[in-house]
This record gives sequence, structure tokens and C-alpha cells, in this order.
Amino acid sequence: MSPAVPLPAAPLLELRDLDVSFRTEGGWLRAVQGLSFTLGAGETLAIVGESGSGKSVSALSVMRLIPDPPGKITGGDILYQGQSLLGFSERQMRQLRGNDISMIFQEPMTSLNPVLSIGQQIGEAIRLHQGADRPEARARALDMLRLVQIPEAEKRLDAYPHALSGGMRQRVMIAMALACGPRILIADEPTTALDVTIQAQVLDLMRDLKDRTKAAILLITHDLGVVAEMAERVIVIYAGRKVEEGPVRDLLRCPRHPYTRGLLGAVPRLGASLKAEKAGRLLEIPGTVPRLDQPIIGCAFAPRCAYAVDRCHRERPPLEARDPGHLAACWRAHEMEPL
Amino acid sequence: MLAYAIRRLLATIPVMVIVAIIVFSLLYLTPGDPAAVLAGEQATADDIARLRLALGLDDPFLVRFGHWVAGVLRGDLGTSVFSNRPVLDLIVQRLEPTVALTAASLFIAVLIAVPLGVVAAWQSGRIIDRLAMGFAVLGFSMPVFVLSYLLIMLLSVEWNVLPVQGYVPIAYGFWPWATHLLLPALSLGIVNAALIARITRASMLEILGQDYIRTARAKGLSAPAILIRHALKNAAVPIITVIGISFALLISGVVVTETVFNIPGMGRLVVDAILRRDYPVIQGIILIFSMAYVLINLLVDLSYGLFDPRIRY
Repeated sequence: MSPAVPLPAAPLLELRDLDVSFRTEGGWLRAVQGLSFTLGAGETLAIVGESGSGKSVSALSVMRLIPDPPGKITGGDILYQGQSLLGFSERQMRQLRGNDISMIFQEPMTSLNPVLSIGQQIGEAIRLHQGADRPEARARALDMLRLVQIPEAEKRLDAYPHALSGGMRQRVMIAMALACGPRILIADEPTTALDVTIQAQVLDLMRDLKDRTKAAILLITHDLGVVAEMAERVIVIYAGRKVEEGPVRDLLRCPRHPYTRGLLGAVPRLGASLKAEKAGRLLEIPGTVPRLDQPIIGCAFAPRCAYAVDRCHRERPPLEARDPGHLAACWRAHEMEPL
Repeated sequence: MLAYAIRRLLATIPVMVIVAIIVFSLLYLTPGDPAAVLAGEQATADDIARLRLALGLDDPFLVRFGHWVAGVLRGDLGTSVFSNRPVLDLIVQRLEPTVALTAASLFIAVLIAVPLGVVAAWQSGRIIDRLAMGFAVLGFSMPVFVLSYLLIMLLSVEWNVLPVQGYVPIAYGFWPWATHLLLPALSLGIVNAALIARITRASMLEILGQDYIRTARAKGLSAPAILIRHALKNAAVPIITVIGISFALLISGVVVTETVFNIPGMGRLVVDAILRRDYPVIQGIILIFSMAYVLINLLVDLSYGLFDPRIRY
């Protein structure tokens, strides 16, 4: 029975102070530290960061797919529709995976099973979660292939992944992920491995399908160009911590964290190299992501930061709101001008 | 596929020719005189010389080899020096026990090894993995005859559940046949299982680290579905290959096992033939064994396409 007065809706997905660590020979490596965010129904939230920043790990932990050992969720909570996923049994998680929450991965070349046909791989989730028999699952798989605009879908149903191009394989991955009508689609670098023209097609397709399916998207990427195209809200993470969060427009117009500014500087712009004064090199952020197996004192980004002052090396800046809905963890966030 | 099979079959001909040359020369070069064995202890030097002439043992190597090959091509493997009967007849008589023992051993080996390897890979690094691989090392390092006697002691002498030795043809009923076969097939199977289990584990471990296994988990599939449907089919090619290779191991194991369990098969036949220097019989059996090995491995190669659609001939 549903209550007469609807309760304030819990967000579809909420991460609260999530800690994920990996056991290494040198001790525990803290890949994600105190990460919190919410994802509303139908929303697209982007998580942005460099390789090794913990963005894929946080995505995998939502599915509870962190390989354990060596990985472990060591703190915090993950709530799906207000229920803690950490309290779910493995069987309950399996019912959720591929059904309520599904995922597409970065490498379409290796993320499909080479010895099973496309139709089998799409149909499998439909049979598992919706109890469809083989012919039903096959028919549904065919619908999905048409939905992701794969030409000659009937023929592709019995094809094996090696007969498909990278872009087609990523479409198959998307078809697979959407087969059971999930409420959340986690897309981990969905276009990174693709050619630029194919990237644009796949992004168009994802936007189109999002409008049709009303699924929320958690988009993991390092590419702020993709973020600008797809997302409504952005979270920037660095060394396992959230350093900035905001609506995509605000954040791209006036990034409050020097790391975000650095990432934006590292985005190649069409025609940029034609300007005489900027000819030649791309801007890049000097240095590398710090080691996570040792405690970090102060701001993790300070050693690479052009704005760093003494205080940054001593004290970690708290995450504070600068504009409505726009948070940044930087002692000098108030000094940052719009780009 | 058919064209490939025929090509591969033709390619076995040079292999068989080389095997034939080696088999024939090996026995030609080994010391000892079949004529002397045949003539018995009372024979004079003259008797032996006459016998050698009659058997053609004094002809040049190439002439003798030529006679033998011409015979083999007609399906005539020669005549046993000892029993004076056609070698092919002797082999056909002994075929059933050996085929039954080999097939049953291979079946038991695969039945033990593949699940063991799969579970070990799944539980990699945990106690089940260690136990399984400990068992594999033990099985592999134990000679067949030691294991045979241990099993006889336990199952036949102590518990009295299986016959100690001997063979009953399947024509006399399935149950007597199976009970007599179980113990030898088990001893031979366990030794082979060890090798296959290790390869299965290694191959599965590699596959379980692949991206598409993560995809399968993200779909919500259960562990058995992932292990069998997604992983084992990918891991099959190395496993099938080692099963083919272990067939060679099995053949040498058959000789020992048939002797231990007193099974009148080809293994016993070849041991007896060696003791009697009965060259034609030895040659015939080794030739048949080699042919079987080559054919089994041809089948193995052809089966790859069943498991991996990327392999096409």
C-alpha cells in the first residue's frame, strides 16, 4: 500500500562517504576516500578524473563488482532507492545487476565474450531477469539491436563479436545494458576507445536512448568534451576524493578548483592550434597523480598546483559551496575567475 | 572444414612414414636374435642360421623394410615369429580391453580434472584451490603402478568392493565388464587427471581475468553460469589440446596398467612380444599406437572450431 501523502523522494542512488581500498604489498591503497554524491531519477551525472583517480572503482563499487580480494569497501554506504546495497546478499545483488542497474565498459573490443553470439549475449540478461524463453529473448535481442541502430540486425544476431567493428560492438554493449530497462546506466568511458566520428555517433545514440528509456546515467569519463555534451551535473575527483561538484554549465564556465581548470586546459579545441600565440603544444597538468598507499597531508593536488600556497601543503581544504549547488575543495576557490 | 580435414589427414602420411622407419630401424638395431629365441635353448648354431634364412633375417635392411611396408599397405602386418599367427589377428583379439581401458581412463580423467580445475581457478588462492592442486601434484608424481596397488589394497583387498584383476568382455554383460574395468581405469585416469586439472586451472584463471567476465557479472549472472557458459568455453582450446597430448601418456600407462591388473590387451601383448623379441608384433603395435595418437590429435585440432568461432579452417 502506498502512503497517501508521498514521502520526499529518496534519490535513486546515493553514495555516502564511500571508502574503497585495495590491499597491496605495501599496505592498503585508498582508491576512493569519503566520496558522496546523489543521482536523481533520469539524471545524467558525470564523474570526471584522470586515470587512477578512483572514478572507475567508485562505479564498480555501486555494482559491488570490486574484485575482492584485493579490493574492499571499507566505509560509507551505497543506497539504491533508500536501501543499503552493502547489506544486500550476493543473490539480491545479482537480481539488481543488469536489471535495475547495468553497466557499459570502456573496451568494446574485450568486453564482449568472443565465443558467444551477439544474440546470446543480449538475450542472456533478458532470460535471466525477465524469465523469457529462448525465442522470446531472441526476439527482444533483435528489437534491442534495432534500437541501437545496428544495420542488418537479423544477420548480426548470430554473428560473433570479432565480426563487428569497435563502434558496432559498443552499440551491442549498450543494447545489452538496456535490454532489461534499467533505472541506472553506468557508462565507464563509453567512447574512449572509439574513433572520434564514432564517438559522436555513440554519444548521440546514448542521448537519444536516455530520452526514450528515462534511465539515469552515471557517466565516468576523463573527457570534459563528453561531459559538456551529455551531463547535467559533474563531479570532479582527484586522488580518490571529490574536489569539485556542480551543474555542468557553472562548472565549465567558472571552475573553482585548479585541477578542473587544468583538465579544461588539457581539452584540445578545434582550431586552437591555428591561433598564432597558442600554436604547438597542448596544455598539460605537470606531474602525476600522487601515490595512494601513503597518507596525504594537505591538499592532494598541491604539489602539481600553480595556485598552491603554504596552507595547501599543510591542511586539506574542505568541500564548500561557492555558488548554489557548486562545491569546491580549494583554499583559493573564491579567487577563481570565470574562464 | 572437410577440405582441411582431408589436408590434415594427408599430412599425417609423412609422419606415419617416419614413425614406420624409426620403429623398424630401432628393432633392427637392438641386440638379440629372434631366431635364437625361437629355436630354443637346445638349438645348434646351424639350426639358428637356417631359421634366420627362412625368416629373411639375413636380407639387407632396405629389402626387409620394403617387404614390411608393402605388407602394411596391404593390411598385412606380418606374422608373429612366436605364435606363427598374423599380427593383425593378434592385435584385433586384444583390441577391446585396450580400447575400453583407454576410453574409460580418459573419461574418468576428464570427469575429475575439468571440474577440479574450474573450481580451483574460481577459488584461486583459497583452501579449496590448494587442496585441489595438492591432489594434482600428488596424482601426477605417483607412478601408475604404485597408485594401482594402493587402490587394489584399499578397494579390493580391504573393502572387497571391486575385483582385484582380470578383464571381462562387454559381451558377457555390462556390470561385470564395468566392475573389472573401474579399478584400472581409475588408477590410469587419476594420473592423467592431474595434468589436465592443472592446465584447466591455468587456462580458466587467465580467462577469469578478462573484461568479458566482468561484463557477465555486471549482467547479474550466477557463478556457475559465468564459469561454465562464459569462461569454460573460452578456456576449452588449451584443455582439449592437453587432453590430446595426455593420450600419449595414456598409451604408456596402458602397458603398465594391463600388466598390473592382468588385462589381456595390447599393452600386455607388446610386453610379451618384447620379451620374446617378436619383432613383427612389436612393430605392428607401435604402428597402431602411433596412428591412434596422430588421429586423436587430428580430432583435437578439428574440434577447436566447435569451441571458438574465431577459428575457421
